[in-house]
Amino acid sequence: MVQLTLPKNSKIRTGKTWPKPDGAKRLKKFMIYRYNPDDGENPRVDTYFVDLDTCGPMVLDALIKIKNEIDPTLTFRRSCREGICGSCAMNIDGQNHLACIFGIDEVKGDVKIYPLPHMAVVKDLIPDLTHFYAQHASIKPWLETRSAPPAKEWKQSIEDRKKLDGLYECVMCACCSTSCPSYWWNEDRYLGPATLLHAYRWIIDSRDEATGERLDNLEDPFKLYRCHTIMNCAQTCPKGLNPAKAIAEIKKLQVERQV
Amino acid sequence: MADVDRGNRPLSPHLQVYKWPLNMAMSILHRMTGVALGVVTALIAIWFFALAWSPSAFETVNGLMTSWLGWLVLLGGVVSAWFHFVNGIRHLVWDTGSHFGQKRVNRTAVVGLVATALLTIATIWVALAV
Repeated sequence: MVQLTLPKNSKIRTGKTWPKPDGAKRLKKFMIYRYNPDDGENPRVDTYFVDLDTCGPMVLDALIKIKNEIDPTLTFRRSCREGICGSCAMNIDGQNHLACIFGIDEVKGDVKIYPLPHMAVVKDLIPDLTHFYAQHASIKPWLETRSAPPAKEWKQSIEDRKKLDGLYECVMCACCSTSCPSYWWNEDRYLGPATLLHAYRWIIDSRDEATGERLDNLEDPFKLYRCHTIMNCAQTCPKGLNPAKAIAEIKKLQVERQV
Repeated sequence: MADVDRGNRPLSPHLQVYKWPLNMAMSILHRMTGVALGVVTALIAIWFFALAWSPSAFETVNGLMTSWLGWLVLLGGVVSAWFHFVNGIRHLVWDTGSHFGQKRVNRTAVVGLVATALLTIATIWVALAV
């Protein structure tokens, strides 16, 4: 349901301002969302100062520097630091990015960092992705076949393989789904851009033999048709993919098979 | 899967922190102008209904509709009609799977806004000329 304001337990307080590092010439101010499940208090925004002369170029570098040198309790997910694992997805400067491939210099003014929008917060910048993953699993993101397995492998022409470009690159970081107002209001029933992009990736795979069942599963007023082409997904995708277009293609297939 | 149980976990900020891309504004405007059109259509129907009802009823309703507030509402109706029409064309094009690139989306949004303004001015110009 549409709820424009935050629930009572989610209202954000002003937090602590941490001391500036000594002798720094190029200071950048970071305002970061903090939530500690153990103290029973509402979330808050803490302020940190980072010396850019001794910090790497990306937002993730600054987060790691803050954790190492200022506040070891700051909690966030990260792993590959090169945009392929999708762990460090968060809301930076008002839009969703992977912190590891988003430069500090891309932000004018103070760097404001929040967890991915409209998600249950486990701690600090870590959202609960359980439901997001369950939705992904619900579209059976694997090759479904009916015919006898070939002696060697399921073959695919170069042209058919090309249809998967712009789809297979998705790293499931959840930037797109959590940028989508439709997903904010209907996350329980609308599958969201990431899951639907994956659904389309298997629907148009020439080797997959469950296309009809996949389309049947999506023929639903909520699962698929809550997409209103708001296009925040394509705008925010750190991999430059276009989930909105994939969803439009699924809608087209739904019509085409009925006429 | 139907239930999203957050337990006691806080909800992360959404509208409070998200920076609106142009097309997000176009999308909600499409919804709002759609609702506005429903309201204005009902008002115009009431206008006609009052005419059929009695001279005094018409005088009252006509007075309201031709007051400055009435004209403002009707002007809003004209803007809404053109915006909804023009943006509706964008939606029809998207339904064909075309014009999904980011640059295209932004360009058609600007074209839509300019077209809405021009069509509204043209409508007022014609209305004043008649």
